Amino acid sequence: MSNINPALETFSQEVDELLTAMEDALLVLESTPDDADCINSIFRAMHTIKGSSGLFGFDEVVAFTHEAETVLDRVRNGEREINADLIAVLLACKDHTAQIIQHVLFNEEEPLPEELQQQGQALIIQLTGTSSAGTGMPTTQEEKADHFEVDVNTTDSSDNWMISLAFKPDALRNGMDPLSFIRYLQTLGKIIEVVITMPAMARIEDMNPEDCYLNFKIAFNSSADKKTIEDVFEFAEDDCEIAILPPNSRQEHYLKLLENLPEDQFKRLGEILVEIGALTEKEVALILNEQNQNDNDEIKPLGEMLVDKNILQQPVIEQALKKQEAVKQKINKESNYIRVDAAKLGYLINLVGELVISGAAMRLMVDKHGLSDVDDVASTMSHLVEDIRDTALQLRMVQIGETFTRFQRVVHDVSKELGKQIQLQITGGDSELDKTVVEKINDPLTHLVRNSLDHGIETPAVRAQAGKPEKGTIHLNAYHDSGRIVIQISDDGQGLDPERILAKAVAKGLVKPDQTLSHSEIYNLIFEPGLSTKEEASNLSGRGVGMDVVRRNIEALRGSVFVDSELGQGTTVTIHLPLTLAIIDGFMVEAQKERYIIPLSMVEECVEMSSDEWQIDDTQHYVNLRGHVLPYLRLGDFFHKNKKHTHTERESLVVVRFGEAKAGFVVDELHGENQTVIKPLGKLFENLDGIGGATVLGSGDVALILDVQGLIQHAKKRVRPGLALSSAV
Amino acid sequence: MSAKAKKNEGMLQLSIKDDMTIYNAESLKETLLGYCQPGTQELQLDLSAVAEIDSAGLQLLLLLKAEAKKRGFVLRLLRHSEAVIEVFELLKLGMYFGDPIVIPANWKKS
Repeated sequence: MSNINPALETFSQEVDELLTAMEDALLVLESTPDDADCINSIFRAMHTIKGSSGLFGFDEVVAFTHEAETVLDRVRNGEREINADLIAVLLACKDHTAQIIQHVLFNEEEPLPEELQQQGQALIIQLTGTSSAGTGMPTTQEEKADHFEVDVNTTDSSDNWMISLAFKPDALRNGMDPLSFIRYLQTLGKIIEVVITMPAMARIEDMNPEDCYLNFKIAFNSSADKKTIEDVFEFAEDDCEIAILPPNSRQEHYLKLLENLPEDQFKRLGEILVEIGALTEKEVALILNEQNQNDNDEIKPLGEMLVDKNILQQPVIEQALKKQEAVKQKINKESNYIRVDAAKLGYLINLVGELVISGAAMRLMVDKHGLSDVDDVASTMSHLVEDIRDTALQLRMVQIGETFTRFQRVVHDVSKELGKQIQLQITGGDSELDKTVVEKINDPLTHLVRNSLDHGIETPAVRAQAGKPEKGTIHLNAYHDSGRIVIQISDDGQGLDPERILAKAVAKGLVKPDQTLSHSEIYNLIFEPGLSTKEEASNLSGRGVGMDVVRRNIEALRGSVFVDSELGQGTTVTIHLPLTLAIIDGFMVEAQKERYIIPLSMVEECVEMSSDEWQIDDTQHYVNLRGHVLPYLRLGDFFHKNKKHTHTERESLVVVRFGEAKAGFVVDELHGENQTVIKPLGKLFENLDGIGGATVLGSGDVALILDVQGLIQHAKKRVRPGLALSSAV
Repeated sequence: MSAKAKKNEGMLQLSIKDDMTIYNAESLKETLLGYCQPGTQELQLDLSAVAEIDSAGLQLLLLLKAEAKKRGFVLRLLRHSEAVIEVFELLKLGMYFGDPIVIPANWKKS
């Protein structure tokens, strides 16, 4: 028996240990007959051997140990006295058990030899005073039922893995033979039961013999872990749906592991289950994929799906969720907050700004004097300064979610007041932005949401007529995009009517009647002062003051706002905001001896402005950049209109992007990255075209920070409208 | 697919003389179906010459068993070859088919 299977080997070792323990305990009992620990240990030995033998189908062992166990149970409960005689019989029982186990292990197929059977009978009579013929065997049958009947639906009472294999019709044609996998499975443990199901076929004639119709449910006993079992079916993965449900003993094992999991870090449910080995990475990927594919409104939680798909038992999921919750609470408890005066924080940020500037000044000095040994120190320091800057700014970052959730109440109250059914959806609530920005965005947001509630979403009756669900939806969304935060307020209401807006705008003299405007230009007219399309003002909105204020507020934050709409389908307002108002990563360029800073996050690329490479249209100001029409602006010409310029021989084109719009700035020199501390311009210069602020350079010079968005608009205006449109890729 | 059939008053005995694998599943199915005519009371399959059986062959046997139940005739499997016994043991199918399996004397001794 060299190729004894590993599970059996474990079994035989376990039995050896248990029997030795039993013998020791029996010997102790001779001197101290009342030792409860010893009695328990003897009982446990018989009980465990009976259980394990049942798993392997060693009926003879089960039958015999069951009798011993019954007697020992009575001893344990004080119903039977332990004396020297009983100890002697029990010792004989121990020996007998060892013998029959040896026999079944190595001669699986053959029945017990006559003498062993007689010996067993004799011992049972001695133990119980009755023959086992009457009482013993039936119990064995019950035991057997207990252990072997694998009900496909319930998973208790069996200590086996439940493996479900549903092969796809093409499996056989793809060269899979389900049998070979099951054969291989056998090397890992013992197959206890197999249930084969085939889908009912109305007519046998329709059956395609080359299709695979087989579904297997296998009760499998093995000490292997889930990953190992899953790997058996690795090659069948594409042609078979595999579900592996761990046995109950595993479940306890998992529960224990969960118990002991360190509570230092918050993890997702899938991660926790993979860590304890209850799930494999593959299963998680698969189930998450399925979860994502589900387009229905009600997405099932991961845990529920796992139970439904028979991958894990309910208790394990529950325990894992409990653990997760505990960790969350612990972390919450541990994270202490310190309330800090915002002014102090502001002061700190200012100081960091100064530090950045003087760091730059030092850098300049080092470069100027060529002090190579100072160079290392200086670069370490500038790294540190950068880190301090980021951390300091992080201090002021808050999640926008809280601002969003406040609108739940507004939506609830207002929709009731207006007799509409409206739900608010929030996504991206964990996007962070500067606290000062959050505070200032609150009013404009409230205004926009109220607008959607009042004018956007129709009454249920109107919606039903238009074939839309009676319940309207307002969606608040936030995400980061190229160093800015984008906030969207969208509704599925009636949308904006471009003709009415245009008529109104003409009436107000905002546009000339013969002006041709694109739809998006018309929509964005609603941000002009004095324009409201609502005939009657409600007490919520519609007086025509508001949208212009919204725009002004947002622009004051160096942000921008657009509206897009589809008549009858809904409206989306998109707000772009800078993440912070204090320090940014800038890209320094020089034009006509003047330095300018472009926010680095908006720079797409820098190329040489040479007519050899790109077609340059000098009169209409655009270049053909790899097939795209790109409007460009000579910064020098733009900011110094009246000076006569001599163009340097080598110019560079910095391509910048804002949202969807792109443009190029032509500059004389590129200076590279620069940490830019934004200093507001004085009141006098606040409304300068194309300038968003200023910064102090290390040398003490002032560089202007470009308002990229404004400049892109300028660049586009110079190109013919037709071209401008096509350039807005 | 080669098979030999003997007919005897509603009882058909059929010897399968070939492997029961995906390669001849098509013809095997045709043949077996051919014998599932009304009037058949018992269909005996002699499996002694089946040197190889795979999932495709197995599912045909399972299907035939189900069909027999549906049409009300008896399906008996006789003289299981080693290959068939191996698969039946693997999947614990002996009970399902309910036919006595004669294990040859030299079985598994090699």
